[in-house]
Amino acid sequence: MKAEKTVRPDPRLHYLTPLRQTPFHARTSAANRLNSWGPWGGYTTVLEFEDLAMEHSAIRNSATVYDLCPMVKYRVSGPGAADYLNRLTVRNAAKLPVGAVHYTIWCDDAGKIIDDGTVFRLAGDDFRICCQERHLPWLLDSAIGFDVRVREETEDVAALSLQGPCSYAVLKAAGFDVAALKPFRMVTFPFDGGELMVSRTGFTGDLGYELWTTPDHALPLWDRLFEAGAPWGIRPIGTQALDIARTEAGFIITNLDFVPSHQAVREDRVRSPFEMALDWMIDWDKGHFTGRRALLEERAKGSQWAFVGLDIEGNVSAEQSIIYHDKKHEVGQITAACWSPTVKRNIALAYVKRPYHAGKSGNLWVEVYAMRELQYAKLMLRAEVCERPFFNPARRRATPPGMF
Amino acid sequence: MIYDAVIIGAGHNGLVSACYLARAGLKVMVVEKNDWIGGAAVSRELYPGFTYSNCSYVSSLFRPEIMRDLELPRHGLQILPYEGGALFTEGGDYLGMFRNHEANRREIERHSPRDAEAYDRYARDVLRHCRFIRPMLLRTAADPASFRPRDIAELAWMGKQMFGLSEMAMYDMIRFWTMSIADFLDEYFENPAVKAYQAVASIIGTALGPMSPGTAYVLLHHAMGDVDGNVGAWGFSRGGMGSITKALSASLKAAGGEIRTGSGVERILVRNGRATGVVLENGDEVLGRRVVSNMDVKRTFLKHVEEAELPASFVKRVRNFKIRGSSGKLNIALDRAPRFTALPEGSPCMKGDMHFTDSIEKMELAYDDWKAGHYSRDPFQDMMIPTMIDPTMTPPGKHFMSCFIQYAPPKIEGNDWTDADRDAFADTVLNQIEAHAPGFKDSVLHYEVRTPRELEREVGLTEGNIFQGELTFDQLLFNRPVPGYAQYRSPIKDLWICGSSTHPGGGVMGAPGRNAAAEILRDIKTPKKDMSDAYAVL
Ligand SMILES: Cc1cc2nc3c(=O)[nH]c(=O)nc-3n(C[C@H](O)[C@H](O)[C@H](O)COP(=O)(O)OP(=O)(O)OC[C@H]3O[C@@H](n4cnc5c(N)ncnc54)[C@H](O)[C@@H]3O)c2cc1C
Repeated sequence: MKAEKTVRPDPRLHYLTPLRQTPFHARTSAANRLNSWGPWGGYTTVLEFEDLAMEHSAIRNSATVYDLCPMVKYRVSGPGAADYLNRLTVRNAAKLPVGAVHYTIWCDDAGKIIDDGTVFRLAGDDFRICCQERHLPWLLDSAIGFDVRVREETEDVAALSLQGPCSYAVLKAAGFDVAALKPFRMVTFPFDGGELMVSRTGFTGDLGYELWTTPDHALPLWDRLFEAGAPWGIRPIGTQALDIARTEAGFIITNLDFVPSHQAVREDRVRSPFEMALDWMIDWDKGHFTGRRALLEERAKGSQWAFVGLDIEGNVSAEQSIIYHDKKHEVGQITAACWSPTVKRNIALAYVKRPYHAGKSGNLWVEVYAMRELQYAKLMLRAEVCERPFFNPARRRATPPGMF
Repeated sequence: MIYDAVIIGAGHNGLVSACYLARAGLKVMVVEKNDWIGGAAVSRELYPGFTYSNCSYVSSLFRPEIMRDLELPRHGLQILPYEGGALFTEGGDYLGMFRNHEANRREIERHSPRDAEAYDRYARDVLRHCRFIRPMLLRTAADPASFRPRDIAELAWMGKQMFGLSEMAMYDMIRFWTMSIADFLDEYFENPAVKAYQAVASIIGTALGPMSPGTAYVLLHHAMGDVDGNVGAWGFSRGGMGSITKALSASLKAAGGEIRTGSGVERILVRNGRATGVVLENGDEVLGRRVVSNMDVKRTFLKHVEEAELPASFVKRVRNFKIRGSSGKLNIALDRAPRFTALPEGSPCMKGDMHFTDSIEKMELAYDDWKAGHYSRDPFQDMMIPTMIDPTMTPPGKHFMSCFIQYAPPKIEGNDWTDADRDAFADTVLNQIEAHAPGFKDSVLHYEVRTPRELEREVGLTEGNIFQGELTFDQLLFNRPVPGYAQYRSPIKDLWICGSSTHPGGGVMGAPGRNAAAEILRDIKTPKKDMSDAYAVL
């Protein structure tokens, strides 16, 4: 049975419910035992359903479902779409095969990062950008001179992230066999009278998939997954559990790990790809792209900041801490941190002034104020620059994937 | 009795100066021509049970440092942030403003999805300009022609502010300070209503149209204030804008200062090139070691000082100071809240600023009338109903409506305003509101009309200019009011100026008054007392 088209309320009354509900709200709210909500991209989303530790451990143990709908989506289509994306972003979109996805960034003319996101090539001249922040004016201005149409389509897509070592098994049980699907590839299935696109992508650094459909098929999708996933103990996870997993995976989030250049009020807060350790994705040979000149100059001259993973002594997590060299000079700041239950290390992501990230990287310390029963314990903990990701299991890449 | 300082005018700046001087131990007397205090920050009861904000009507610019230094909250000051706003569009819709970021985005999205996503960047850019200018508000502008070490130091400080910016930011800054608001908004937005909403603040109190260069700065002047750190936000002063000056007067009295109302100054006494006091209209003399004028610069020097006492070039510059009136006001007592057909029942947009002009072109046309010497036939309004939030100004269920109107010239086609002109002007305003809120006119209990004629006659604002002089770049910073005299001093020793004609300009801000007091105290080598440093901009 096809769900009835919902009658849209008076569009002028948005202020009565300023935060939107995602197409999965009926299910997420029923499962949200703690009634713990937070705003994300204009939607109300679950921070923690039931138990943070259980939610995180399920990401690494079984299969978890995360509501992705608030990610901002733009559709880029037309004969000039690939050229357009090539000029807009730093990677080579023309080389992206149909049915593939890549992670990329786009910069302003000064070579500072505007946002990161994933680009899906749905057809030869049809792409989707999926990102954290809103950029319509920038995307439209960048389209001048290209035979391309850019449209915001956030509300037209319902998406879930299914992550964890058993996610393949769950998908299979749900009737979607993606045994042959490699990382960063996607495949489409008929579903519920519509379509379901499955991409092997995610934000946990583990085996996982992202599932894309239209809002009218959202609830059937949720129900199908939870029915099929019951034997594996599938459970919904909130943003807090995901945040631990993404830190373990070493992934960054716009506005948490860096300030996007279009939003930075203070000019010195912006970061270049070199400064976020994302320069590896720049295709210098593809021709001109926005920011290229500035980035070439930066490549020659050097950068001010570096973005690193830190391994911190002890087990007290160091969120937002200031980093010192020799316990004296401020050289950076932590942007994300946790005790990692998966790798049993006290980990962090941080920006650090060069050359303290490498050449002078010894003798780094973080100042931690640990609140214990209304009293701060002030700690100076040794930190070491280390390799990211902190967690990078082989099962993440195995094709065909394992059943657990 | 010889006072340490005689202050002419109990406008808010005069009172702010007086408070700081009294706290520093000076014997202070404020003489005010009206029977009430407040100048353009005044609340009077013109209809039984209804308190008006007769001139200014909303607060944002008033410096929080001053509120705190002078303990104004203890003396009754309360600022209430307002909640929304609406610009009514032709065809029966409206563009609302909402405090909630998402509601606001979705509202703009109804009109233009592109503009909805452009708004944050626009707000960011305006905020950048605000952050640049805010530290300058509570500092005396440097005198670039002087070679005194402190002026050089001040210029160096300004240079550092400027050169602390990146090259691109500096280009942006210079463009912004000189461009028209229409051009500025075109760089961000496509929708006429979205642009018109933002343009309002750029022409308020200004004898320029939205297409005139220089109007982008005026936007900044209205955006650089804050309500409790929320930069750009506006609020109501509980009990009307007069509550601000009432609190100042209570603070002044607590510090030992005096105020004499009904005491218009006829002449400033000058002996041997020094100001020694004032002669009142009734012939009384009030003597002081210095005289501080809260009147605008034209009134002070062209009406109350013998021109022979002043250098000719100074007189000429003061004469040329642009102070053209451009605004009028209606203050209306209402039997009930109006019902705007476009707004959903209970809309928070009624709890803030409302406007009836939905494009920049229409605003510019309104300006064309002004240029031709006529009030605008289709004016634009900054209309508020403070009693939607403030329960103290009217009996319950009744309302006070404040309509700020542009444009209204100082003279009608070269002639003085007549009562008939004034009434016809009021009708255009009432009719404009009625068109969006049928039945509104029937709910009017009483109204007060203020054209530039009334503003000049009552508040003493020359030509009715609400800011005591236009806020264009040529009349700002070290050029306000005139080059060489931007430090609250005048060619006459011991005659000071502290009103909105001085840096950093008009609005209920208090900064000119405070800066003037700081200069006076510096001059007499008296330590400042209770004058905290400007809050840092982090
Ligand atoms: C209609 C209108 C609306 C406004 N709206 C706003 C607003 O909403 N928000 C905002 O921030 N600003 C607003 N402003 C601007 C703001 O009110 C003024 O810039 C500010 O109040 C001026 O303060 P002041 O102390 O510098 O001078 P004034 O308030 O002009 O004070 C001068 C004082 O000197 C007195 N005086 C004049 N001549 C003599 C004399 N010969 N002898 C003795 N005393 C004399 C006057 O009576 C007056 O009390 C508005 C102004 C007007 C006119």
